[in-house]
Amino acid sequence: MCLSIPMKLVEKEDLAGVAEVDGVRREVSLMLLPKPPQLGDWVLVHAGYAISHVDEEQAKETLDLLHQAAKAGALDWGSEK
Amino acid sequence: MSDSMDFSALRRGLEDPAAGGAMLKRIEELAATIERPVTLMEVCGTHTHSIAAAGLRRLMPSNVRLVSGPGCPVCVTPIGWVDRAMALAAREDVIVTTFGDMMRVPASHGTLEESRAEGADVRICYSTRDALQIARDNPEKKVVFLAVGFETTAPTIAAALEEAERENLPNFLVLAGHKTIPEALEALMDNNDVKLDGLLCPGHVSVIIGSDAYAPVATAGLPCSVVGFAPNDVLAGVAELLAQLANDKPAVSNLYGRVVQPDGNPAARALLDKFFVQTDSDWRGLGIIPRSGLELKVEFAHRNAALLEVDLPVAREPKGCRCGEVLQGTIDPPECPLFGNGCDPEHAVGACMVSSEGTCAAWHRHERLALSSPKS
Ligand code: SF4
Repeated sequence: MCLSIPMKLVEKEDLAGVAEVDGVRREVSLMLLPKPPQLGDWVLVHAGYAISHVDEEQAKETLDLLHQAAKAGALDWGSEK
Repeated sequence: MSDSMDFSALRRGLEDPAAGGAMLKRIEELAATIERPVTLMEVCGTHTHSIAAAGLRRLMPSNVRLVSGPGCPVCVTPIGWVDRAMALAAREDVIVTTFGDMMRVPASHGTLEESRAEGADVRICYSTRDALQIARDNPEKKVVFLAVGFETTAPTIAAALEEAERENLPNFLVLAGHKTIPEALEALMDNNDVKLDGLLCPGHVSVIIGSDAYAPVATAGLPCSVVGFAPNDVLAGVAELLAQLANDKPAVSNLYGRVVQPDGNPAARALLDKFFVQTDSDWRGLGIIPRSGLELKVEFAHRNAALLEVDLPVAREPKGCRCGEVLQGTIDPPECPLFGNGCDPEHAVGACMVSSEGTCAAWHRHERLALSSPKS
């Protein structure tokens, strides 16, 4: 239940944002981030909150691994919290 | 492991089996130099799941044993706590809100899912922000969030508390059941039933607490490696731990540097500190571990659902369930007589069979067939 997903910040107003990955958009709170994000930043999202920054390259690498692992059934993408 | 080893299980989990193969070769070489039996523990439900699904356990050299520790938050939640959650759900004036994993965890009598079927107002949330919205929409009810989880999840509860305070939303409460990982690791090191030789540290807990949080464990002599959740990440972590053992140089190595900083996320920890204090906490299977839980500070008593009056039953552990030993890594799930024989994911007897991250569930889903077929 600690699984967190890298997503790209596509909308932002104050501490509320919308993040997107694989065409899925989700509202996220930005209040736990150590430094304020910019639009277009990649963040790690856990249970509706961005919990850290990730740079784009790292985000893509992590996503690749997630996709592979999900394909192999090594990850319960569905129960992601 | 023979040369004709079947890599198909691994291949399913790795885009680049050559890289995985090279890592396995390194693992074999290191294991051979160490000679003695080595037990490595992970404490992350996502690792449990990943290791089982990719069949990594079977690919280990004969002297390397991978065990799962108390890494599934709902599995380590003691039964009395679940009883309290059920009792809160039974109150007319309460709406219980929870992450989905909690719904099917057996309490002394029934589950939250059964309570809901019988009419209790229990709602599944993806985020604490959903629970806040339910509180705004139902001002006449107390909306209680079941706050389980480790350091990854706990800040999202603190953030919701912060919002509720700011908005002056009086009817949002939490039942705090958070546990902290470093204290549990220290307790496991002192456990005489299982001798650990290395730790695969949880990736996303470490995003918050930072890799430095494991320094006391490493200083006490146990190799630590912070790793991500893909099978290749896990293999790299195993190789790292074996290298530390072979050189007799226990340390904290961070192999998940792409997201984990040495000092973690200080902003998230500051918010945690605003609302919670460390407290002794009861872990299923491990008992009370000093300072391993988070409890609401007294100044936020108005948010503390543990202070609401309820009738609690006498806590009754499921008969025959050996979750406690599974959570400490002293037995593997098939050693429980009920495994696949009265206890399965459809009809879970113990918490470890409920969540997909539970050790018994992961074994049931992925390793049962492997157990009955000869090792390749
Ligand atoms: S198989 Fe079921 S009964 Fe046995 S330890 Fe696991 S959860 Fe408990």
